[in-house]
Amino acid sequence: MAQHNHTEVVYGLYNDEEDLLHAVKEAQNGHLDIYDVFTPFPVHGLDPILGLEESRLHQAGFIYGALGTMTAFLGMTWIFTKDWPNIFGGKPYWSVPAFIPITFELTVLFAAIGMTVTFYIINGLGPGVVSKHLDDRITDDKFCLAFDAAVVDKQKAESFLKSTGAAEIHSKTL
Amino acid sequence: MSAVVSPIRRPLITGNKSYHQITEDLISPTEKTPTKEWVLGFILSVTVLTFGVFCILWTIWVGIGSWNLNRTINWSWDITNFVWWIGIGHAGTLISAILLLFRQKWRTGVNRAAEAMTIFAVMCAGLFPLIHMGRIWLAMFILPYPNTRGPLWPNFNSPLLWDVFAISTYLTVSLLFWYTGLVPDFATVRDRAKGLRRKIYNTLSFGWTGSAKHWQRWESLSLVLAGLSTPLVLSVHTIVSFDFATSVIPGWHTTIFPPYFVAGAIFSGFAMVLTLMLITRKLLHLEDYITVEHVESMNKVILLTGTIVCVAYLTELFIAWYSGYVYEQFAFFNRALGPYWWSYFGMMFCNVISPQFFWKKSWRRNLTLTFFLSIVVNIGMWFERFVIIATTLARDYLPSSWSLYSPSWVEIGIYVGTFGLFFTCYLIFVRVAPVVAVAEVKSILKAGGDQYVGENASHGHSHHAHHENH
Repeated sequence: MAQHNHTEVVYGLYNDEEDLLHAVKEAQNGHLDIYDVFTPFPVHGLDPILGLEESRLHQAGFIYGALGTMTAFLGMTWIFTKDWPNIFGGKPYWSVPAFIPITFELTVLFAAIGMTVTFYIINGLGPGVVSKHLDDRITDDKFCLAFDAAVVDKQKAESFLKSTGAAEIHSKTL
Repeated sequence: MSAVVSPIRRPLITGNKSYHQITEDLISPTEKTPTKEWVLGFILSVTVLTFGVFCILWTIWVGIGSWNLNRTINWSWDITNFVWWIGIGHAGTLISAILLLFRQKWRTGVNRAAEAMTIFAVMCAGLFPLIHMGRIWLAMFILPYPNTRGPLWPNFNSPLLWDVFAISTYLTVSLLFWYTGLVPDFATVRDRAKGLRRKIYNTLSFGWTGSAKHWQRWESLSLVLAGLSTPLVLSVHTIVSFDFATSVIPGWHTTIFPPYFVAGAIFSGFAMVLTLMLITRKLLHLEDYITVEHVESMNKVILLTGTIVCVAYLTELFIAWYSGYVYEQFAFFNRALGPYWWSYFGMMFCNVISPQFFWKKSWRRNLTLTFFLSIVVNIGMWFERFVIIATTLARDYLPSSWSLYSPSWVEIGIYVGTFGLFFTCYLIFVRVAPVVAVAEVKSILKAGGDQYVGENASHGHSHHAHHENH
């Protein structure tokens, strides 16, 4: 599903997600290599049929969170025991319970920012990115199944889309 | 493939909508020229905001002496307003995060606007501690960074600094959550637009395509952000309550404060969501998406959290008596029967009695009553914070320093000004972004549309699913 420059794409637009799911299943059974699937909303049950592995984004989130935990806890520890030891209200320099709220907040902050930034980077999305979308109605009510014309023969793709009930069939060079 | 839907499930989207009709209904308010009501509301909001900005500048120019605080009552309207606005923000996160984890489908009708409300409310809240510092140009001293002042670090053991971290994290995470949800909907706006408008929305939508892998990651991100926001929102008001609970002031120094504050925050937040949504659905004609079902669900949350708040008030009173500690007993005697008795009774009436009306189903579904009570609850929650803060401080340990307080015009102006800020932001949001999450509503259409579920279901969807199972 890699997106190359100047790819000729043959795609069909379906009117309902059930039709799309059916078509994707058929394509997988017929060993047709799918370029990508575009939908107006997350269609449930699509990922396993497409063979998409579970996203590892949350694992990245855990690492970012752990970084936040360490930054906060080790930072406060260093500041209050080495750089600026001060006694507040007769408490010890290293007063761990009082560090917990900030440690928690920074864990959440690092995880959230890290994951969101990672999400946009790995998707290739961001301000100024010109959308390479195939059809304006994909964000409205059309469900799109696309084949790369260099991988799947154009005629074959078109007849497949037709046979699975695509309402419209087009091709476009991205 | 589609979910099996219980036949007793009531529809969440009415009007026999198709996917395209949903796009039309929800995107078109951003495409039309503003209505007369919007323009009037916007002019009013900006005027009020301008006056608020003037009062803030006045405070900075003249100093905190322009407020009526004194040595005894050194926190009053400022911190009351701060806690009040922060509390209002909590409903947005509750709806978008906690209800996402609980897979509550009615969330999709109101989450977008509620999250926007959270962000604007937190902005209003954050203003108060900043201007209360007095020397706002030294505000960066609250941030820990290596500096040439010593180095001099902030006190990490102080709840006031925990607040800085809690509120800034809360604002940041809420913004990220909200914006990531908006990206696919901005793409929908983009794909309907032409010319400059299309360029602007292309930038806002980050080049979104709707690819299957992107949606998968988007759902993964939403779920983890929801998982992070849930403890975060509970921590924020817990930490706000620590501002009081870690002190040695009778009436503040109580372990009940964190859960009590969190329940109160959700209570007032839902009231504000209801106030806003009832107006929004009417003016933008969103009755098919924000249905009476949604209102009833929110009223149930109001009833639950209002009752928790009631239990907290009574527990506080009981523990004050049971502690045998004369200062604690006096603090509560003073709240109820002291010079500010009217705010205590206002709080009791608005927060304890008014939500109990919602035990009755037909009243929960009555929009006029809901609108009225949502405002009553917000007044009550403002009183609660005033009672906790100003009333308690007015009668401290030393009778010779007892004092009274009424706000100066500057303090009133700043408070009123935050409404200007809040509504200016909200009105701009209503114009530039879909108020209801378009993609998310589409994703629940077959489980929540009235042609699929409920008594008027024509597609016999549940029947179909039933059939498939055999």
